[in-house]
Amino acid sequence: MKIKPLQIVAHIILIIGVLLMVLPIWISFASSTHENVSILTEGMRFTLGDQFSRNYNEVLNEKGGWSEEVTAAKMFVNSFIMALGIATLKVAISAMSAYALVYYRFKLAVPIFWLIFITLLVPLEVRIFPSYKIVSDLGLTNSYTGLILPLVASATATFFFRQFYKTIPDELLESAKLDGANAWSFFIDFLVPLSKTMIAAMFIFMFVYGYSQYLWPLIMTTAEEYWTVVMGMKIIYTESYEGVALPRTAERFAYIILSMIPPVLVVVFLQKWFIKGLIQTEK
Amino acid sequence: MSFLDLKNVTKIYPNGTKAVHETSLSVDEGEFMVFVGPSGCGKSTLLRMVAGLEDITEGDINLDGQLINEVDPSERDVAMVFQNYALYPHMNVYNNLAYGLKNRGIDKETIEQKVNDAAKLLQISDFLQRKPSMLSGGQRQRVAMGRAIVRNPKIFLFDEPLSNLDAKLRIQMRLEIKKLQQKVGVTSIFVTHDQVEAMTLADRLAVINNGIIEQLGTPIEIYNNPESLFVAGFIGSPQMNFLDANLNNKTLSAENFEIKNIDSDYNGEVTLGIRPEHLIESENGLINLKVELVEQLGSDNLVYGQIKNIKDFCYRSPGNQTIKRGDTLSLNIEENKYYIFDKSTGKRVN
Ligand SMILES: Nc1ncnc2c1ncn2[C@@H]1O[C@H](COP(=O)(O)OP(=O)(O)O)[C@@H](O)[C@H]1O
Ligand SMILES: [Mg+2]
Repeated sequence: MKIKPLQIVAHIILIIGVLLMVLPIWISFASSTHENVSILTEGMRFTLGDQFSRNYNEVLNEKGGWSEEVTAAKMFVNSFIMALGIATLKVAISAMSAYALVYYRFKLAVPIFWLIFITLLVPLEVRIFPSYKIVSDLGLTNSYTGLILPLVASATATFFFRQFYKTIPDELLESAKLDGANAWSFFIDFLVPLSKTMIAAMFIFMFVYGYSQYLWPLIMTTAEEYWTVVMGMKIIYTESYEGVALPRTAERFAYIILSMIPPVLVVVFLQKWFIKGLIQTEK
Repeated sequence: MSFLDLKNVTKIYPNGTKAVHETSLSVDEGEFMVFVGPSGCGKSTLLRMVAGLEDITEGDINLDGQLINEVDPSERDVAMVFQNYALYPHMNVYNNLAYGLKNRGIDKETIEQKVNDAAKLLQISDFLQRKPSMLSGGQRQRVAMGRAIVRNPKIFLFDEPLSNLDAKLRIQMRLEIKKLQQKVGVTSIFVTHDQVEAMTLADRLAVINNGIIEQLGTPIEIYNNPESLFVAGFIGSPQMNFLDANLNNKTLSAENFEIKNIDSDYNGEVTLGIRPEHLIESENGLINLKVELVEQLGSDNLVYGQIKNIKDFCYRSPGNQTIKRGDTLSLNIEENKYYIFDKSTGKRVN
């Protein structure tokens, strides 16, 4: 097969793109396997060092925080619970609200949809004080519920589900009705399986969104047992760094690499499902 | 009261379209009723009101002795076959058939039994594990039928179920639907715009035009005795020929011929209708047809030609005759096989 010049150019561009994506991660990983001292003196590394198990062990199990009680492992668990809760509820709630908007033809459906849609303009960061006030009045600070609940509505996901449901032919609903399906069973037996690829995609986006929340958990939590990974990145290694000790750069890289694992796992796991759904056109 | 009773049923859509006007109709148990009419005449609307998919604006519908106006479609125990089949794309054939049974809380073994029986009846047993997307048009059609049959509903509703099939398959499925219905014996309503389909399937036939039932009867009654110009033109293929004429003192005078002793007291402008198959060639016939086009169907020929100023007049001749363009045929009308309609109202007058 002859390779055309254009193909070579295209491949070079693609390879550059891949390197841009992968290199920072590789450098972080390689650097995380060296001693703190050598990073400080010789800078970041492209090659692997011999401190892998020490650094990672240290990071996972060291007790940090003011009370010296919270470990990174605990923070991973917290973040995972928070992201899982946010993603699950976001997907469930937006799928159901889109269902109501598309299938219950009441006059206000369109205005309500646009009302939901414009909440895109008021992300959590903008309404953080009223949200905090409400959550604290409800006594939900320092709880998983408090971490998750204010983030579970999603205009974006509602929009995508709505557009998808609109493409489902009316006959399907009518046929299901004649087969004895009620509103709930039509949702569970039809819309959910038909939109499973979209559910997978939305879940991925929302999981990453929940996992990378910073400001909200920072404001919400005073108890260290509810700290999340992103908060920890700032807090856990700060005080030791400001003291006389060496900056613990290598361990921070280890922490960063570890913090990437849960979202990567979610993507990898759901992507299979996602692609499977894309190949079989069912509609 | 019959099995299905429609009393003065009217449908006005929210946008003001009046799709069905004060229609009354009875269907007996086990009967195969066909609604036929041109596209947009309100056939589907009428059917969908029976199914419960459209609200009834006015009137009453009774099914099996129960007033069902306000009954939810899921509670009506009716089954419908849609034009595009509306199979459940994410379920395999087995589950497509089983879904309605599951919703009624029937136990697994009974469901399996019923699905297998229906599948055997429709010859789809080999595809039970396939998704609808992996089936041909004819197979999908069978699955849609199976989904209706398996529930053993009070009534089958078909909304133009054959119109997505190619011509050959359509004829084959038409036969099978008829056979199946006779075997299962379920009351059925079948909607179609195709008059051949209507004639071949129906026990009784309702010809609908502009939201009104123009005529109700057995196919042969309607063919032999159309009560209006619309029905006469709609039923029969090729279409009936229409000629302008005048009726005076029981004498009908058309362009260049006369018929005497007409059995009608009507006087005035009329339309004369003659079916192409009710003409015979004879010496000194009433009509002289100048042949312009011959369609040879093998079994017979469709001859199109001109009578003086009237174009595209059709005559169906036996297939063994050789007729060429340019010939002039002398034709007579079979004894009493003509229809006379009031030109302004379209009502039959003879
Ligand atoms: N949902 C609807 N809203 C408004 N008008 C409708 C609706 N459905 C059908 N119609 C109108 O009602 C008339 C009858 O339609 P339909 O019953 O579908 O006719 P058919 O099945 O005989 O072709 C048509 O004029 C059509 O435009
Ligand atoms: Mg229709």
